[in-house]
Amino acid sequence: MSQIRQTVTTGGPGVPAPAIIAGVPNAAPPSQAILAQTRAELTMTLRRGEGVLVTIIMPVLFLVFFAALIPIPSIASRPIDFLLPGIIAVAVMSSGMVSLGIATAYERYYGVLKRLGASPLPRWGLLAAKVLAVLTLEVAQIAVLVFIGAVFFGWRPAASAWLAVPIVLLGTLTFASLGLLMAGALRAEATLASANGLYVVFLAIGGIFLPVDHFPPFLQVPAQILPPAALADSLRGALTGRGVAGADVLLLALWGGIFLAAATRTFKWE
Amino acid sequence: MDTTQTNATPPAVDAAARERQRAAAGDAIRVEGLRKTYGEKVAVKGVSFAVRRGEVFALLGPNGAGKTSTIEILEGYRACNGGTAAVLGMDPHRDGERLKPRIGVMLQQDGLYPSLRAGEVLDLFARFFAQPEDPVALLDLVGLRDSSGVRCRQLSGGQKRRLALAVALVGRPELLFLDEPTTGMDPQARRATWDIIRALRERGATVLLTTHFMDEAERLADRIAIMDDGELIALDTPAGLTSGQSTTTTEIHVTLGAEIETAALAALPTARAARRDASGKYTVETGDARTLLVELTTLLRDRGLDVSELRVGRSSLEDVFLRLTGKEMRA
Repeated sequence: MSQIRQTVTTGGPGVPAPAIIAGVPNAAPPSQAILAQTRAELTMTLRRGEGVLVTIIMPVLFLVFFAALIPIPSIASRPIDFLLPGIIAVAVMSSGMVSLGIATAYERYYGVLKRLGASPLPRWGLLAAKVLAVLTLEVAQIAVLVFIGAVFFGWRPAASAWLAVPIVLLGTLTFASLGLLMAGALRAEATLASANGLYVVFLAIGGIFLPVDHFPPFLQVPAQILPPAALADSLRGALTGRGVAGADVLLLALWGGIFLAAATRTFKWE
Repeated sequence: MDTTQTNATPPAVDAAARERQRAAAGDAIRVEGLRKTYGEKVAVKGVSFAVRRGEVFALLGPNGAGKTSTIEILEGYRACNGGTAAVLGMDPHRDGERLKPRIGVMLQQDGLYPSLRAGEVLDLFARFFAQPEDPVALLDLVGLRDSSGVRCRQLSGGQKRRLALAVALVGRPELLFLDEPTTGMDPQARRATWDIIRALRERGATVLLTTHFMDEAERLADRIAIMDDGELIALDTPAGLTSGQSTTTTEIHVTLGAEIETAALAALPTARAARRDASGKYTVETGDARTLLVELTTLLRDRGLDVSELRVGRSSLEDVFLRLTGKEMRA
């Protein structure tokens, strides 16, 4: 490669143009590009008022409202022990599916994804940045929820609480893939409607506020098969120390695999 | 848009030396027998051309001619169905990762994040490059210094276009793809953009652009390729395109008080072709203007048609384009 000629021209008098670099690839290290993209993703998430509402404010309101006001027929000894893991599942769904899905759909609509496709940031780098942004957001969400739970409702984690970390990662994979599946295949408006619609459905049948076995029988089967309850229940098992059901984790991973494969196959960048 | 100096003064490069450099450097883009189909529809039907290094090359054609399909194959967005394309010696579809750091792209859609500020978008793209251009100097260059803190959704159409140009330049690319770069810009910004493109050529950059504006192609391009219906139907310098046609052909433009069938005009003995440009406006092509004028005015007298304007003219690029494609640019 020694014959590659590097030409760097610099600004001349009266010439309104940038210098050009010829003969050498001018790409930044992927880590630098991905970090810059992650920062931009986070900035944009925090600037979208509805994004902050759905990812931070609503989960906090759910937690406070239900923990303080509604007596829950609980399997756990205290409402907070039942509620907090479920609300963490809500937080994962809101940032992974709703926020990521809707933002990505509009980026596709505005042609931003296509424009990025001609930049040195590789597509896997864009995905990595989006995942990093979602994970950062989740750390903030969970920190706020745990803080409120611990300070105002006396919540304490069980010894097995560390298990929640891989479960949150798995849940993020599942719901982020679902969000990207919608964003890459549907029109932006359709993604907006379906992500918000699914969010409400998942809240209702995810066993978040009410244990699934308290549901009417015809709702119990779909509730047990769909991923929200699997995520909420396994988080509950980890955080209360009652043990994580392997079936729940397997179900979650199965859905994650299906969503990821479907998203990879159907995702349209433009 | 004013000039900003950010770097030291380089040794002057004279035109002859640049020409030698250009010839030695070979082709930046080489396309042979390029085909692209979308299902049943053939968008590009076996197109061949080469863009030399350091050249500004314009791709003209009515909408649907296959310009954007061609340019998007060269940018690496899609694979072709036949033929070959080499960009900086690489296969754009397979070698995208090596190619992308060396090209700058302006798509028809600006592709800016609406919620980021103009300066933030440029900073972001600058971080994708090892040695980017200074974003502040670039914003200055495209006349957006005062809009650096404005969210992209609040920029006007022309300002967005200028920011998209800055984004295309931030990696200091040696090859630029500009798909309708000045569409939506006001006349002042268009001229400033032309200055930037000319200056880039001075620096040795290669530019492939598409445009709807004849004057843009005529003033900027070293060579112009005209595409129609997926085929390349002409390729020459601007002067070659217009003079090559007009040495043998003269156009007579006539405006009448009423309509006449073009067949009657085309049937005049020395007429080669005739077309209706607008209501009451016709153009007749001929190799013998003197005789045609006699024939034409005789016909009009016999028909009792009033003439409000009559002009004998050399072909403009627009005329050449119309003759070759039979279409308006924005058809």
